[in-house]
Amino acid sequence: MNGANLILGLAQALLSIAAAPLLLGWVEQCRAWLQNRRGAGVLQPYRVLRKLLFKDAVVAHGASPLFRASPYIQFGAMCLAAAIIPIVSVQAPLAAAADTIALVGLFALARVFIALAGMDIGTAFGSLGARREMLVGFLSEPALLMVFFTASLIGQSTLLPTIVETLAQRELAIYPSLAFAGVAFSMVLLAENARIPIDNPATHLELTMIHEAMVLEYSARHLALIEWASALKLMNFMAIGLALFVPWGLTAASHGPAGLLLGATTSTLKLLVSGAALALIESVSAKLRIFRAPEFLATAFLLAVLGLLVHQLLES
Amino acid sequence: MHTAGWASQLINLGAALLLLSSFAMLSQRRILSLVNLFAVQGAVLTVSTAIVAHTSGAHHLYASAALSLALKVVLLPWILHRLIRRLNVRWDTETLLNIPATMLVGIVLVVFAFALAHPISALSSAVTRSTLGIALAVVMLSFLMMITRRKAVSQVIGFLAMENGLFFAATSATYGMPMVVELGVALDVLVGTLILGVFFFQIREQFDSLDLQHLERLRED
Repeated sequence: MNGANLILGLAQALLSIAAAPLLLGWVEQCRAWLQNRRGAGVLQPYRVLRKLLFKDAVVAHGASPLFRASPYIQFGAMCLAAAIIPIVSVQAPLAAAADTIALVGLFALARVFIALAGMDIGTAFGSLGARREMLVGFLSEPALLMVFFTASLIGQSTLLPTIVETLAQRELAIYPSLAFAGVAFSMVLLAENARIPIDNPATHLELTMIHEAMVLEYSARHLALIEWASALKLMNFMAIGLALFVPWGLTAASHGPAGLLLGATTSTLKLLVSGAALALIESVSAKLRIFRAPEFLATAFLLAVLGLLVHQLLES
Repeated sequence: MHTAGWASQLINLGAALLLLSSFAMLSQRRILSLVNLFAVQGAVLTVSTAIVAHTSGAHHLYASAALSLALKVVLLPWILHRLIRRLNVRWDTETLLNIPATMLVGIVLVVFAFALAHPISALSSAVTRSTLGIALAVVMLSFLMMITRRKAVSQVIGFLAMENGLFFAATSATYGMPMVVELGVALDVLVGTLILGVFFFQIREQFDSLDLQHLERLRED
C-alpha cells in the first residue's frame, strides 16, 4: 500500500466518523416523517453532541477508573472498526490488520466494557441493562459470525476487501445463500444497534430499555462519546452490510479520482436508502418482549446457518 | 446453456424457499398461519416443478405441476380453512417446545439430510440433483413438526408438508414419478385429509379438545 492510498484510507475513516451522527439524524428524520411528525432535522445529533461536550461531567460516588475509561474504549473500538470497514473504497487503512472475525471481537470488546461500566456504579438499572445487553450480545454474535462465514466461503478469504472484490466481480445471478445471509444480517443489525424490535432507542421506560439503562449514569463528555460511538456503530454495521450484499461501486474507487467520486456517490445513495429502510422497518414493527428476543435472534442464526448450508449444497 | 443456467438458479432458489417455509412452519404458533404457510409451500413447489418441466422437456411434469397447484394451493388449504372454521379453532395457538431449541434440532436434521443425500446425488445426472438434500431435509423437518406438535390439525399439516417434501424429492432426483403413482398419491392425500377431518370431530366429541395427548391414555369402558 503506497502513501496516497494510506491518506485516502485515513480520510475515508475520518469521513465515516464525522458522518456517523448525520446518518443517525437521517434515520430519526425518516422515522419522524413516517410518523407524521416534522422531526428535529438531520443535524440534531450534532447539536446534542455539542450540548453534551460543553457541559461539566458528573461522575457517581464510588465509580472506578473503569467507569471513566469505558466511553473512550467504546469510541476507540468503533473508530478502529471504521478504519477496517470499506465505505467509499476497498482500500481501508487497517483492512490488512484485521479480518471479519477480529471485527466481531472488536464489537464484543466494546460491548463487554459498556456492560462492565453499567454494573460498576451498582445501581439496579445499570446491572439490569448490562445483563440484557449481554443476553442480546451472546445470541447475536454467533449469527453475525455465521453471516461472515458465508461471505468468507464465497470470497475464499476472511479479509473484508478480498470478499468485497470477489463479490463485486461475480456475474449477476441469484444466490439464495446471500439472500439468507442478508436477511440474517439485517436482523443482527437491528439487535446490535438497539433498534426497535429488540430495544427502543427513544425510550426511558424501566421495563423495556436495554442500552439506555446501562448509560443512565453517564453525563456530559462521557455521554457524548457513548452516543457518538453508538451512531458510529450503526454506520459501521450499515457499511458492512452494504459492502457484503450490494458491493457495486466500491471497487471503482481504486481507479483514480473519477472512480473515487463514483464510489462516494454510490455509497452516499446506498446509505440514504438503507437508512430510510431502517426507519421503515422500525415504524412498521412493534417492540418485542425481552423474552422473545432469543427467538428473534435464533431466527437470525438459523437463517445465517441455512445460508451457509445452502451455499455448500447448491452453489459449490 | 444460458437459459439452463438461469433455470437451475431458479430451481435452487425454489429449493431454498421450500426449506425456509419448512422452518417457518416449524416455528409458527398459530394454526391459521400454518395453513397459509402450507399454501405458500405448495405454490413454491408448483413453480419449481413447472421450471423443471420446462428445462428438462419432461412434459408430464406440467401435469403434476397443475395437479399440485389444484391440490396443494387451492383445494387442501380450502378444506383445512373450512375445518378450522367449523371446529372453531381459528385463533388457537399452541404452546410449543422451546422454539430456539427446536430450530437448532432442525439445523442438525438439515445437516444430516445433506450428508445423507450427498452420495445419492453424486450418482444422478439430472440438473436438479443438488436439491435432493433439501427435499430430504423438508421431509425430516415435517417429521420433526409432527413429533413436536400436540394438536391434531397441526399434525395433519405436518403430514401434508412431508408429502410436499417427497414430491420435491421425486421431481429433483428422477424428474418425477410415473403419472399413475402421482395421481394415486394425490388422491390418497386428499382422501386422507377428508377422513382425518371427520376424525377431528370425533376426537373433539370424545375429549372436548383436539389435543392428541388424550389418545395416549388407555381406558377400558
